[in-house]
Amino acid sequence: MSVRKYFEEQLDNLKTRMVEMCRMSEKMIENAIQAIENHDKELGKSISQTDKTIDEYEMNIEQGCMRILLKQQPVAKDFREVSAMLKMITDIERFGDQASDIGDIVSTMSDDGYVVKLAHITAMGKLAVVMARASVDSFINDDERLADEVIAMDDDMDRLFVKVKADLIELIKQDGANADQAIEFMMIAKYLERIGDHAVNVAEWTKYYLTGVHKKF
Amino acid sequence: MKKDKKTIGLGQNLSVEGANLWYGDFQALKNINIEIPAKQVTAFIGPSGCGKSTFLKCFNRMNDLVEGCKINGKFLMGDVDIYGKIDVNELRKNVGMVFQKPNPFPMTIYDNIAFGPRTFGITSRAKLDEIVEKSLRQAAMWDELKDRLRKSALGLSGGQQQRLCIARSLAANPQILLMDEPTSALDPISTGKIEELMEELKRDLTVVIVTHNMQQAVRIADKTAFFLLGELIEYGDTDDIFTSPTKEQTERYITGRFG
Repeated sequence: MSVRKYFEEQLDNLKTRMVEMCRMSEKMIENAIQAIENHDKELGKSISQTDKTIDEYEMNIEQGCMRILLKQQPVAKDFREVSAMLKMITDIERFGDQASDIGDIVSTMSDDGYVVKLAHITAMGKLAVVMARASVDSFINDDERLADEVIAMDDDMDRLFVKVKADLIELIKQDGANADQAIEFMMIAKYLERIGDHAVNVAEWTKYYLTGVHKKF
Repeated sequence: MKKDKKTIGLGQNLSVEGANLWYGDFQALKNINIEIPAKQVTAFIGPSGCGKSTFLKCFNRMNDLVEGCKINGKFLMGDVDIYGKIDVNELRKNVGMVFQKPNPFPMTIYDNIAFGPRTFGITSRAKLDEIVEKSLRQAAMWDELKDRLRKSALGLSGGQQQRLCIARSLAANPQILLMDEPTSALDPISTGKIEELMEELKRDLTVVIVTHNMQQAVRIADKTAFFLLGELIEYGDTDDIFTSPTKEQTERYITGRFG
């Protein structure tokens, strides 16, 4: 039996809270996608309401990690685990921020119908949710392979972003009047692409936690 | 500093190959191989009874004094085999040792420091004065003790006594300093002073320390060696050992999940 039961309980507790935080962020991204698809301005506006809770989670987990560093002085894998969590929560918090930003854009869009075709944007949104979830799951389940998959998924995300960008440029070329909406969707696409980058950061910290090597991909 | 030193050609790096040690039938060290670099602090860690202190004492041949103790393998200081044909007194002059419990002699502070040099035949008062001052300065105690040199060493606090013992070791002008849990009986302030002292000392000396205090090893050691049941399980840069140990046993021990 482990002789550090209390320490392990504290760690498990923090990890549980981190998963809760991540699930909330995922829900925010899902809502953002839904708001885009349904042009639902109310839903878009409501997303940022969760942001405060996410921030509280971040503060709370951060304090918990710092308390463990102070009181338990972890070393080896314990040290990597706590350090990784301290770094990851910043990225998880950003998942929520980007989703809120998307929601805000949707909430202020004109009521005219979309001229933009949504297929690639929706694909980016779905991929963002998968990447966010998988990145945190890779950490929770000590799954380095899953972390590698997240890192690989970012290439798909980047390809989709390039496609969206090309679509939007084409749209502006066709008619300058499309520019307003095209620019708004360009920003949405950029936010989704950033979610992918944050998921990659989380996956990199998972790899650090599991292998002791922190490498940027 | 080393110019006037009589040496038997010992280097400051320690190199051990295939070392085994038995106390009677009990094998306390099993095939130890290690390279300890000169002028760095190397920490030996491991649970009680793992052989770390036994191994430390091999470097000044203190185990020779234990009845029934048998040692084989190669112990080199620089190029010199310390179990070969050498003068053991010369070896011990070159390899100082500090123990867990401060053990000042029941005499004055001055005489404690001068004791070693006197046994080496130094009788000149001026020379002894010089050695006492230099040793106390090296141990960062001169200002504290310069007006109390004729007082008994037993009147000093535990932390001061321990630093006096370090100063006493330094009086022999050693090349290597062995420390067996030197701060385990001391308060945090005295511990801090000795840790600072080790940083200073490694400019001139190789320091090897046995410690049960993991955070102490992290703070002061350049290299760390983990022992278990008489075996050297893992040895490497302290930063690596404490962030990414390669052996499961090391991981379990340093994270407090042993047993």
